[in-house]
Amino acid sequence: MAVNSETVPGTRNSLTRLWNNQQARSVIIQIVTVTIVFALLALILRNVVNNLEAIGKEFSFKFLLSPAAYDITFSPFIEYTSRSTHLRAAVVGILNTLLVAACGIVLATVMGFLMGILRLSRNWLVNRMVYCFLEFTRNVPVLLHILFLHGIIVTQLNPPRQAMNFADSFFLSNRGFYIPQPVWEPIGWIIAVVFLISVTFVFFFRRWAKKVQDETGRVYPVFWISAGVIVGATAVAFFATGTPLSWSIPELRGFNFKGGLAIKPEFIALWLALSYYTSCFIAEIVRAGILAVSYGQTEAAGALGLTRNRTLQLIVIPQAIRVIVPPLASQYLNITKNSSLAIAIGYMDVVATVGGITLMQTGKEMETMIIVLLTYLVISLVISGFMNWFNKKTALVER
Amino acid sequence: MRNKITSVIAALGTAAIMSATANAGTLDDVKKRGALRCVVSTGIAGFAYPDKSGVWKGFDVDFCRATAAAVLGDAKKIKAVTSTGKTRFTKLNSGEGDVLWRNTTITFSRDVGVKLRFHGVNYYDGQGFMVNKKLGVKSAKELGGASVCIQTGTTTELNLADYFHEHGMKYEAVAIETNDEARQNYMSGRCDVYTTDASGLAATRSTFPDAQNHVILPEIISKEPLGPATRHGDDQWSDIVTWVYYATVTAEELGVTSANVDKMKSSKNPEILRMLGVEGNQGEELGLSKDWAYQIIKQVGNYGEIFERNIGKSTPIGLARGLNALWTKGGLQYSPPFR
Amino acid sequence: MAEVTRTYKVGQHPDLPPPRSEVGVIGWVKYNLLSTPFNVIMTLLALWFLWSIIPPLFEWAVLDSVWTAESRKACWAKMEVPEGAACWAFIKDRIGLYIYGFYPAELRWRVNLSFVLLVLAIVSVLYENMPGRKFGLWYAVAFPFITGWLLVGGLGLTHVETDQFGGIMLTFIIGITGISFSLPIGILLALGRRSTLPVIRILCVLIIEFIRGVPLIALLFIASTMLNYFLPPGTAFDLLLRVLIMVTLFQSAYIAEVIRGGLQGIPNGQYEAADSLGLTYAKSHLLIILPQALKISIPGIVNTFIGLFKDTTLVLIIGMLDPLGVGRASLADAVWAGLAREVYIFVAIFFFICCFGMSRYSLWLEKRLSTEN
Repeated sequence: MAVNSETVPGTRNSLTRLWNNQQARSVIIQIVTVTIVFALLALILRNVVNNLEAIGKEFSFKFLLSPAAYDITFSPFIEYTSRSTHLRAAVVGILNTLLVAACGIVLATVMGFLMGILRLSRNWLVNRMVYCFLEFTRNVPVLLHILFLHGIIVTQLNPPRQAMNFADSFFLSNRGFYIPQPVWEPIGWIIAVVFLISVTFVFFFRRWAKKVQDETGRVYPVFWISAGVIVGATAVAFFATGTPLSWSIPELRGFNFKGGLAIKPEFIALWLALSYYTSCFIAEIVRAGILAVSYGQTEAAGALGLTRNRTLQLIVIPQAIRVIVPPLASQYLNITKNSSLAIAIGYMDVVATVGGITLMQTGKEMETMIIVLLTYLVISLVISGFMNWFNKKTALVER
Repeated sequence: MRNKITSVIAALGTAAIMSATANAGTLDDVKKRGALRCVVSTGIAGFAYPDKSGVWKGFDVDFCRATAAAVLGDAKKIKAVTSTGKTRFTKLNSGEGDVLWRNTTITFSRDVGVKLRFHGVNYYDGQGFMVNKKLGVKSAKELGGASVCIQTGTTTELNLADYFHEHGMKYEAVAIETNDEARQNYMSGRCDVYTTDASGLAATRSTFPDAQNHVILPEIISKEPLGPATRHGDDQWSDIVTWVYYATVTAEELGVTSANVDKMKSSKNPEILRMLGVEGNQGEELGLSKDWAYQIIKQVGNYGEIFERNIGKSTPIGLARGLNALWTKGGLQYSPPFR
Repeated sequence: MAEVTRTYKVGQHPDLPPPRSEVGVIGWVKYNLLSTPFNVIMTLLALWFLWSIIPPLFEWAVLDSVWTAESRKACWAKMEVPEGAACWAFIKDRIGLYIYGFYPAELRWRVNLSFVLLVLAIVSVLYENMPGRKFGLWYAVAFPFITGWLLVGGLGLTHVETDQFGGIMLTFIIGITGISFSLPIGILLALGRRSTLPVIRILCVLIIEFIRGVPLIALLFIASTMLNYFLPPGTAFDLLLRVLIMVTLFQSAYIAEVIRGGLQGIPNGQYEAADSLGLTYAKSHLLIILPQALKISIPGIVNTFIGLFKDTTLVLIIGMLDPLGVGRASLADAVWAGLAREVYIFVAIFFFICCFGMSRYSLWLEKRLSTEN
C-alpha cells in the first residue's frame, strides 16, 4: 500500500519478499488492523472499567426498574404514570420517536413529491414561489424551523376557551387538535378480524387478477371489487354485531378539553417542521429524478395520446423512482435522526425521556446513551434495509 | 492504511500531551493557571448571563468572582465554563471546572450518587406556580386538569409529579428545555401554569409586558437549596469554597460592606479583625493569603450586596430576601463563626 | 377602415410580427400564469398567499421595527403595541458577542485577521484561474493550522482558552475544521469500503454505518461527557478539541459515502488502464482515480458541508455558545429577556446567507462540470 515497495534487485531479504507477495501482504495488513482495533477496544474497555471504579459508579441497567417519578403526558400507545419504571419511560420515548419518524416520513414524501412536481410546473409564479420556499427552508438549520413552527402554532392559535370549533366535535386550539375518539365495545374485535380477512382476500385477488390479465388480457374492475369487498364486509360485520362503537367527543371542562383524542401541538410542530424541512430535499431529489428521465419518453407518451398526468403517472415517475430511491433513503434516515431535536419544544422522544430526564436523575450516562444509540441504530438499519429491498425491487423492473 | 495508523498514533499522542492531572490539588492548579474556572449555566436570568461585552454577570457569577478574589486576589480572573443542566456535573467531575456555582439544588442523589461535595446553601429557593389572574385560581390545589409548563432537566419535574400524585390531581406536563420557550408557551396560553423555582418565576414574570396580571400562588411545593459544589477528594479546596460563602454572610452580619471594609480593618470587633486578616492567620491555614476575605468584600461585596445587585428589589427581577435574609432578620442565612 | 388587399408571389410574403397577445408582457403572463384553468387557480392562490404573508412580515420586520433602544422596555415603548414589531436594537447591542463570542476584546483583531485569511483561502480554492493557484492551494491546506495558531495563541501570541470562543466565529471554526480534516479521512474510509481486504472493508462499513445511523447530538453528548470514560484516568482534554474530533468523524462518514459515489462513477477501464501501466495501488489512486472521483463528488461534498454547517448549532446542547447559544444566553439578561423571536430570525438569516451562497456555488459547479463532460 502506502509503503514503498521498490527494492533493489539482489538485496531483497525474506521480509521484503513477503511484503511484495500480494496475498501475504493483504493477510499481514488485515492481521495488523484487527490487532490494532482489538487493542484499542480493549484499552477503551479497560479505561471505562477503571474510570467507573475510580468514581465509584456501577455499570448496570438495574435503574431501569425503579420508578421514574416524572410525567410524560404524550403517550398515545401505552399507559404511563409517574409511578411507572424508567424502562417504561424509555419505551414511551422510543414509541414517540417511532411515531414522529413514521408520520414525518409519510408526510415528507408526499410533500416532497408534490413540491418536486410543482418545481417543474409551467406556472412561473408557482414555480418561483416553491423555489424561494425550498431555498429558504433548506438553508436554515432544522432546529430553528422546529422552534419557529412551534412558536407560530402556540402563539397564533387560540387558547382552549376560544378554540376553533368544527361541528362541536373537532376543536383546534394551541393545546392541540382534539378529535372524537372511537370507543369500541369488547365485541369490536370481530370487525377488526373481518376487516383483516377482507384485506387479505383483496391482496390475493389482485394478484390473481393481474395474472389473468397477463395471460388472457381479461381486465377485471379490480379497484371497485376490492373497495366493495373491504367496505362491504366490514359494514356487514359492523351491523351484524350491533354497531359496537361509540364516540368519545372532546368537551371543554375546567382548564382543558376532556375526552376525545388529542393531537398535541408539540407533536404537530415537530412533525410538520421535520416534514417540510426534509421535503425540500426530497423535492430536489424528485426533480432531479424526473429530469433524469429522457425527454423522449415524455414525447413518446405524448405521441401515444396520454395526458400530462397519465404520462407522469405511468411513464415518468416509475422510471424516475430508480434514481430517486437511494438518496430518498438517506433523507428518511435524516428525519429519524433529526427527530432527536424534539426536546427543544417539549416533545418527549427517546432523547428527552431516557437520554434526558432519566439520565439527569440517575447519572447513568453510559447506560442511557447505549439505549439511545441502539434505538437509533436499529431504526436506521430497518429503514436502510427496507429501502435497499425496495431499491432492488424497483431495479428488477428494468428489463 | 499506514496513514490511518499514523493518525491514530498521532491522536493518542495528542491525548497524552494534553493530559492534565485532575486529582492534584485544585488550589495549586488554579494558582498556576492564574484563573478560576467556574461551571455556570448557559443563561439563567439574575444568576448567570453575559452582558453585551461578553462579561458574565449574575448572582452565581458574583460568588465565583468572590472565590477568585479569595484565591487569586483578583475578582476578574474567572473563566465561565458554560454548561447545560445535563453536562454540569460531568464538567466538574472531569476537571473542566474547578467549582460549580450553577443554581444547583442539593439533593441526596447528587451528593451521594453523583459524587459531589456541597458547601452550604447560598440561595434558599422553592418551587412555586405562576398563573394568570384571569383564571381566578387562588391555590395550587385547584390546579387539577391544568396544563403545566416545566423546564426539563431539573428537579422541578420530579417535585411536580410528586405533588400532583400526592393530591390525586391529573395534569398535562409540558416539559420545555429553555426558559424562553416555556415563557412563550405560558404567555400564549399553551399552559395554564408555569412552574419553576420561585426566583425563576419572578424573573420570568418581570419580562412580561403585562406583569401585573400574573400571580405566584402561595404554595411552595419543594425545598430547593441551591449551593456550590466541588469534586470529591480535595478537602482543602472544599474548605476554601465553603468559607468564601461564609465570609460573605458573616460580613453582612457584622455590617462589613465593600464601602466600609477599609475602615473596618481598624474595627474593635475581634471577629472582623480575624476575618479580614488583621489578626490571626486564618488565611494561611486555608492556604490563601492573609487578606482573602478582605479581597472578597472589597471587590465583590457581602452577601446582601451580591443579592441586591443581581436579584434584589432594585433589579428587574425584584426578589425579596425572604428565606435568604440573615438569621438575625428572620431568614436562614447563617454562618459559623470565624474563630 | 379601408382594407388594403395585396397579393404576394409564392414565398414572398413578409414575416408578420406575432399577434400582440402572444408576445411581450401579455404573452408572457398568458403563457406562464394563465395557460389553463388549473393554472389560473394556482396563480390566484399564490397571489393570495403572497399578499397575506409579505406585507405584515415586512411591517413587523422593517417598517415598524426599532433599531436603537437601551432595553426591552425602551424598545416596546417606542412601538404602537408592545411586542408588535421587531426590536433589532437587542441584536445590535450584542453584535460583538454574536460574532466573536467571549474572545477578549483587545485581541479581536486576531479573529478579524482569521476571517480575512479565510476569505483568501476560499478564493484560492474556488478560483481556478487565479495566478499562482498552486501556492494558493498549499496555503489553503496550511490555513487551518495558521488560523488555529492565530486564534488559540502561543508561540509569541497571548494564549486564549477555547472556552472563550463563541458566536459566528465558533460556527466557522467547527465548520472549517470539519471540512478540512474530514476530507482526507473520508477518502480513506471510502477507499477502505471498496477495499478487497475483507477486514478493512468490514471495519470501514461498520464505522460509516454506525456514525450515519446515530444523531449528531448523541455523538456530541458522548464527546462532552463520556469521552472521559474512554481515556486513561486523569486525562482530560479540551472540550472544543473533543467536539472537533467528533464533528470531523461525523462528517467523514458522510463524505466517505459521497466519495464512494464518485469512485463508483469512474469507469472500470480507468482502473484497468492504471493496472496495465503497472501502477501500484497508491499511485493509481493518487494519480488516476481520485482526481477524477473527487471532481465529480465536489457538488456532493459541498452539500454535505452545508448540512454540517447547519448542524453546528447543535453544540449549544452541550453548553457551547454558537450564535444561537449566544442569543439564548443573552435572553437571560433581564434587561432584554423576552425577545426570542428576534434572535431566531437573526440566526436564521445568518445561516441562510452562508448556506445559500454555498449552495449557489455547488450548483454553478455542477453546471460547469456537466458542460465540461
